[in-house]
Amino acid sequence: MIAALFKFRGGVKPASHKDESTQAPIARAPLPPRLIVPLRQSAGGTPQPLVTAGQKVLKGERIGAPESDFSAAIHAPTSGKVLAVEPRLLPHPSGLAAPCVVIEPDGEERWIDRTSVSYASETPDVLRGLLRDAGIVGLGGATFPSHLKLKPGTSGRIGTLIINGAECEPWITCDDLLMRERADEIVSGIAILRHIASADRVLVGIEDNKPQAIAVLRAATAQSAGIEVMPVPTRYPAGGEKQLIRVLTGIEIPYGRFGTEFGVQCFNVGTACSVHRAVELGEPLVSRIVTLSGNVEHPGNFEVLVGTPIDELLKLVKPKADTDRFIMGGPMMGFTLPRTDLPVTKAANCILAASPALFPPQGPEMPCIRCGACTRACPAELQPHELYWFSRAKNFGKAQEYGIFDCIECGCCAYVCPSNIRLVDYYRFAKSSMRTLERDKAASDAARMRFELRNQREERDKAEKAARLAAKTAAGRQAVVAPAAPASTPATPETTVSLPPLDEAKKALIAAAIARAQAQKEGVQPKNIDNLTPEKQAEIREIESRRARVRELAKTPPEEPV
Amino acid sequence: MAGIAVVLGAMLGFASIQFKVKGDPLVDKIDAILPQTQCGQCGFPGCKPYAQAIAKGEAEINQCPPGGEEGIRKLADLLGKEFKPLSAEHGVEKPKQVAVIDENLCIGCTLCTQACPVDAIVGAAKQMHTIVAPLCTGCELCVPPCPVDCIAMAPVAETVETWKWRYPVIPIREKAA
Amino acid sequence: MNGSPHLHLPISVRLVMLKVLAALLPGIAVYVWFFGAAILVQIALASAAALAGEAAMLRLRGKPVGLFLADGSALVTAWLIALTFPPIVPWWLTVSATLFAIVVAKHLYGGLGQNPFNPAMVAFCISIIAFPALMSQWPAVGFTDFAAQMGVVFQSQSPQDAVTMATPLDALRTSLHTPEARATVAGILGSHATFGNIGGKGWEWIALAYLAGGLWLLQQRIITWHVPVAFLGVLALIATGFSLGNPERYAGPTFHVITGGAMLGAFFIATDPVSGATTPRGKLIFAAGIALLTWIIRTFGAYPDGMAFGVLLMNLCVPLIDMGTQPPVFGHKDGKRDGAP
Repeated sequence: MIAALFKFRGGVKPASHKDESTQAPIARAPLPPRLIVPLRQSAGGTPQPLVTAGQKVLKGERIGAPESDFSAAIHAPTSGKVLAVEPRLLPHPSGLAAPCVVIEPDGEERWIDRTSVSYASETPDVLRGLLRDAGIVGLGGATFPSHLKLKPGTSGRIGTLIINGAECEPWITCDDLLMRERADEIVSGIAILRHIASADRVLVGIEDNKPQAIAVLRAATAQSAGIEVMPVPTRYPAGGEKQLIRVLTGIEIPYGRFGTEFGVQCFNVGTACSVHRAVELGEPLVSRIVTLSGNVEHPGNFEVLVGTPIDELLKLVKPKADTDRFIMGGPMMGFTLPRTDLPVTKAANCILAASPALFPPQGPEMPCIRCGACTRACPAELQPHELYWFSRAKNFGKAQEYGIFDCIECGCCAYVCPSNIRLVDYYRFAKSSMRTLERDKAASDAARMRFELRNQREERDKAEKAARLAAKTAAGRQAVVAPAAPASTPATPETTVSLPPLDEAKKALIAAAIARAQAQKEGVQPKNIDNLTPEKQAEIREIESRRARVRELAKTPPEEPV
Repeated sequence: MAGIAVVLGAMLGFASIQFKVKGDPLVDKIDAILPQTQCGQCGFPGCKPYAQAIAKGEAEINQCPPGGEEGIRKLADLLGKEFKPLSAEHGVEKPKQVAVIDENLCIGCTLCTQACPVDAIVGAAKQMHTIVAPLCTGCELCVPPCPVDCIAMAPVAETVETWKWRYPVIPIREKAA
Repeated sequence: MNGSPHLHLPISVRLVMLKVLAALLPGIAVYVWFFGAAILVQIALASAAALAGEAAMLRLRGKPVGLFLADGSALVTAWLIALTFPPIVPWWLTVSATLFAIVVAKHLYGGLGQNPFNPAMVAFCISIIAFPALMSQWPAVGFTDFAAQMGVVFQSQSPQDAVTMATPLDALRTSLHTPEARATVAGILGSHATFGNIGGKGWEWIALAYLAGGLWLLQQRIITWHVPVAFLGVLALIATGFSLGNPERYAGPTFHVITGGAMLGAFFIATDPVSGATTPRGKLIFAAGIALLTWIIRTFGAYPDGMAFGVLLMNLCVPLIDMGTQPPVFGHKDGKRDGAP
């Protein structure tokens, strides 16, 4: 018997447009001539590159090491040659660049040695490390590292595992097709996740507009006890993590808290599939399913290597002539791509071609009439119109008090707003402003502390200096008073240290150094190396690389003394 | 609401000036607004001394170029004073920057480490120095002492992590044609 | 660049306002049926004045005139003014009251979405204070001759007693609350055939038509149930309590709910989102407050109907009500809210 479902408040029901891209099975996108793999593809720090230009890599070879436990590794999506490790433009609303590894595929798709792990005999800790090193992140769009979500919280165990196959955004069907075609892999992934979390029960939430996926998963899980496939009512954003947890368990997880604290954790079906591949097949996460739909001739789903340029994919589906922009993600939460030569990332679940006919431009923004439509639609049960006033007035303190960080940016409020107000843009502005302010404040607090510590140190030094001077003069007087026994009063070590005033000798030294430096200015490269022995040249290269390393080190702050 | 807030804010500011004998809380509040660049462009040896001078009424609120217009506004709000544009003799507002040492030229004289108010330069005598970028406040105090001019100021570039959403444009007001 | 969502419901302020206007049509039709076409002239006058005032103010404030004029909010204000005024008030009163509502009560406070007070009710209160006699000049039942009505409206002839009459609320107030009065509620309401079955002949049917329009608005999700239910419920509750205690002195709940501006107010005036409370609990408090004030002013006050004053007084309390009734946020049902960035 199906357990009772709960409800979340608010939500909207836009036309689903799922059928366009579910007609054909998942196809494999051809190998592109170049792969651009961003190093930062998950929350928590940019992984350090492990490869350099010119190096050969194998498919699945680690090219980015997780900086800490808070991010996941990055792997070469195919075998080939590293062309460059350099900043490239990212598919990100900012349109900014970040470090990427550019790979030219050799077309051989040669894998690294893949070893499967029998998970049942491994400890959760080992498996979590394995997931981190396999680069497993949430494939629902948030790309939160999965191994972090599986960490037992303070309250201990994850009793209920939620598998998210709701896929509530219109147009997107990558999870739907994945469930239809690879249910066995998903179920295997679920078993591994369940083992790591030692969860009692698993609830698979799927929106009831995907009857095929529900039937296939039901069949696939029929043998496994404790796994239940639960159709949930189709209402955006039922696939939001917090909303799905609410619908399936009744638990509400507030902003800033982990599901683990409430004994529940949620994973996307795509994540479960990649967990299966990482553990059972030893394949790290190097590809994902991407829905290509919207204003295109041949919409469909494709298995795409991470790093594939989007315009390579668009060749497969042929955007129609009146396409005016492309959206990464769904129409409710996706963002307009600044350009199309950007790579597919682990977060890219959908590329939508938009046209004025499909997504009509909004009318001019009118004043808010406080009609309350947004409040009724808000799944986070916020008062969007109040948040709008506060964000617009840059009254961030008030916005925070009214819960702006509980906003999940689902877009329901702006969807229903009769005044055409870009509500979510205001919230994003307010949130990122607040985060910037926090960061600036932390930096200025640190600067204040360091300034004060320095002042204290200088005070102390001054005092010590004065004390030493006093001691020295006292010793001198003694020496005058008792000249008969000069050796009997050896000077203490401190007193022998003469104080270094910026004397003439030092000034001369500096002048000489200036001259040397001026000479050096002409050429900063190591000179006169042509006639040296190979050993010497190697030594010079090593010194140069040491210099470079020191420069790298200087870019990150040292650990603060506690 | 906003009106009440402004009035109360002004009253609080006024009261805190009136009762400035207690001094410290106000100094701390002013200090919290100042950017902690410790650059001395205001004419005081650091942010705290400037804060103390403002609290005593000995300095104007518009002498801090790194704090810029926003900082002056906040100070004006806190103290119930009238907003004034940044005083030109103290400098101009610049985007945030950090110092960069050209390590090939550095002679290891330690003059910059002595000048740095926040200890953001590492290096010892006759050793190459370098700047710990996240700690650098961009005060420029290390630039003039360097005998070989190997320190340059570089603006801090926006990254994906620090990027921030722009204020939405409201196309509601009709342009006066 | 605009962020998500890229989808949008085909809905606009204009559509919302047009639906409100449409919901008023049944009431207007019944109005015309019982009291003649004068109300249509008044609506036309108010609409013209409102649009002219709105256009002038938008121009002065440098806002896009066409865009805002088309939003229909001025028309809603105009229609509500015409419908709350007696249909045979002089034309200049309708026009000047409407202009006052648009220019002062709406635009001087910042225009659409910014006005703290309901503009139509500001116009009503200003007029009833300044011209109490004109504002009590309600047409007698049967005075439906259009030419004669126009004569009164455009003041080519002065209204005679034959064409005006006191409303039931007026009658109750003057007869019950003068010291020498010995009348009873039943006596007054029963003695006038013109007062109909419940709340005044003709008016009760108009009220029912407003109710029908209001229910349609509810079904269209333009308004929520909170304000009408709380307003009518509290009004009926108070009236029931007092009329049970002293039926000779206090009129009963059906009378209060049907008569005067109660039904129009419950669905069209107190539901104005701009000047009303927005939280669900806030709406209940807001509407209950209006009901209480309406009943008090009707029963003890100097003015025949207290709805308008009740609305304005409660408009004053809206920021406080909204602040005090913020509903808990998802995940913070225990009342705590920690929102660190």
